[in-house]
Amino acid sequence: MANMTMIQAIQDAMRVAMEADSRVLVLGEDIGKNGGVFRATEGLMAAFGENRVIDTPLAESGIIGTAVGLALNGMRPIAEIQFLGFIYETMDQVSAQAARMRFRSQGRFSVPMVIRSPFGGGVRTPELHSDSLEALFLHSPGIKVVMPSNPYDAKGLLLAALADDDPVLFLEPMKLYRAFRGEVPEGSYQVPLGKANVVQEGNDVTVIAWGPTVPVALEAAKSVSDQQGVSCEVIDLRTISPIDIDTIVNSVQKTGKAVIVHEAVRAGGVGAEITAQINERAFLSLEAPVARVTGYDTPYPVPTLEDYWLPDAKRTGEAILRTVHF
Amino acid sequence: MKTYTADFGVSMYQILAEDGSVRGDLPELSDDKLIEFYKWMLLTRLYDQRAFNLQRQGRIGTYAPFSGQEAAQIGSFAALKNTDWLATSYREMAGLIYHGLPMEHALLYSMGHPDGGKMPTNLNVLPVQIIIAGQVLHAVGAGLASKLRGESNIAVTYYGDGASSQGDVHEAMNFAAVYKAPVIFFCQNNHWAISVPVSKQMATPTIAQKAVAYGMEGIRVDGNDVLAVYSAMKYAADRARSGEGPTLIEAVTYRLGSHTTADDPTRYRNETELKEWQEKRDPLIRFRIFLENKGIWNEQQENEWREEAKQKIDAAVEKAESHPKAEPSSFFDHVYADLTGPLAEQKQDFVQRLNQGEGR
Ligand SMILES: Cc1ncc(C[n+]2csc(CCOP(=O)(O)OP(=O)(O)O)c2C)c(N)n1
Repeated sequence: MANMTMIQAIQDAMRVAMEADSRVLVLGEDIGKNGGVFRATEGLMAAFGENRVIDTPLAESGIIGTAVGLALNGMRPIAEIQFLGFIYETMDQVSAQAARMRFRSQGRFSVPMVIRSPFGGGVRTPELHSDSLEALFLHSPGIKVVMPSNPYDAKGLLLAALADDDPVLFLEPMKLYRAFRGEVPEGSYQVPLGKANVVQEGNDVTVIAWGPTVPVALEAAKSVSDQQGVSCEVIDLRTISPIDIDTIVNSVQKTGKAVIVHEAVRAGGVGAEITAQINERAFLSLEAPVARVTGYDTPYPVPTLEDYWLPDAKRTGEAILRTVHF
Repeated sequence: MKTYTADFGVSMYQILAEDGSVRGDLPELSDDKLIEFYKWMLLTRLYDQRAFNLQRQGRIGTYAPFSGQEAAQIGSFAALKNTDWLATSYREMAGLIYHGLPMEHALLYSMGHPDGGKMPTNLNVLPVQIIIAGQVLHAVGAGLASKLRGESNIAVTYYGDGASSQGDVHEAMNFAAVYKAPVIFFCQNNHWAISVPVSKQMATPTIAQKAVAYGMEGIRVDGNDVLAVYSAMKYAADRARSGEGPTLIEAVTYRLGSHTTADDPTRYRNETELKEWQEKRDPLIRFRIFLENKGIWNEQQENEWREEAKQKIDAAVEKAESHPKAEPSSFFDHVYADLTGPLAEQKQDFVQRLNQGEGR
């Protein structure tokens, strides 16, 4: 076991995978000599050489499209998109090409690749660097979407993503990269994709979060427990596509109430999908409407205003209390 | 079988040599104009240094320094009219300030104030672009619109060597050439796209030669020679205004500082290369020697202008810092022409919470 930050755990996962499997290579902007703008790939070029750690030209569609071809022909590429806001450049290659290759070829071809990208707010990045865009890819059949919230999960989920035969979008919350450390096993282990984590058990309400809002949900859960003795069951979804609906439904059947916390804009978000599924599967257990605490339906604002925009423990705590006292 | 490869041997257009001596035909510019160029280059250099320090003091956010690129920017903007359309990246602040963007406005942008994006209405300048190459196509459309509307304005887009790799740039050059749009593609080749050198960005030795494939004229100009840049830009602007279509200009220059205040160039860039550009090719030094040789600039003027420039910058910093803080609820505005129903509800809820002192 080692004590690591999330960024170290991610780097460790790539190193372990590259040592174990010569098909694994990484490509992206500034990932080689510079080690990535967040240093996620630090030292990998020195260890594995320029053929397996590729500094690409500045062209996101080129990066993803090339990775699709690499994966089709036997490699296991990890492509980095420097910030998630730049993934719009690649929408065709991700959603229309990578995600659909298996379907279009009726199973002849598959695209086992991982796209890593930092995202999320609260770190004062310039425009378009902080957007949470996971819902776009939940809406793209054929690709899996993973969003870790701690170092242990980050390494285990990344290794699972690399072993997966489908394309996986692996979204890393920037704010949590160095926010805290956690115990991370040495060598290889996997945290299965599509399996949520019940971080904290409770009886009064189910709070569902992923990525950067997991610490927010936990903080809110603690404060409502301290203030009013409300007992929250907190679920870290870990994977947005597929969604582990069984874990959510089991919990809602126990608590009768649910609050969903995500950073992305509200309209058409993952929260809306979860709410619909709870309605479909656990309607009779519900004792209050499912509440959502989210970003507002505006573009992500400039750095001086982002703290107002982002869902925080206060807003989350209020939504929990409103739901519990409905 | 006939195959095609081309070694264009594109040469670099230069008027002032690195030692300030004259190598080519001087453009017809008055002494006052020449002095003005230099004053702007020095003012923006000092602005850049100040902005960098403000970021280090936590008074502005992430900042992209342009030191080293003053000649490419001042020289090229000098050939434009202030009604021309401009679509730039984040690194053209020297040019934009020269073009009429108040310095305090440039600072507001770096401060992360929403008003930073609202360009003065007397200028046809689009908001600074963060998405690499996103602006390049807009210039083609804007230029085409001027042509369709029978106006004499042209459109100019600024981007970097890294941006040249993006599909958008290639689509834009092709569109512009097909429609003979009055557009100038001004690529500042400052040799680095964050940590990636031009040689790893593209397999062609020059950017200018890419013009050939699309059917437009290309010029490779010494971007640290303000007079050569001015002449090249004037040539391209005259062509565009007279209906001859687009031009690609590659201005060969160098980013002396870091990519942004969040970047550490010592990780990827060697000291010797930097020194070479710093000591031999600094665009300010070269032009200053030229002006001194011509007998129209001296140390006393230099010192006086430095003092004056510093005062201008101080005043701009003060203005920017005393600019009213953004209203928190302002992020609900300007999403649509009129606030839509669901968003109006969210805004109302937000404002109510704010008024109740609930913070967010
Ligand atoms: C689409 C997109 N990809 C990546 C980035 C991150 N990024 C910002 S600047 C930059 C390098 C740009 O280099 P270049 O085009 O040469 O311009 P320069 O910064 O040198 O002026 C990168 C990779 C971005 N802003 N947008």
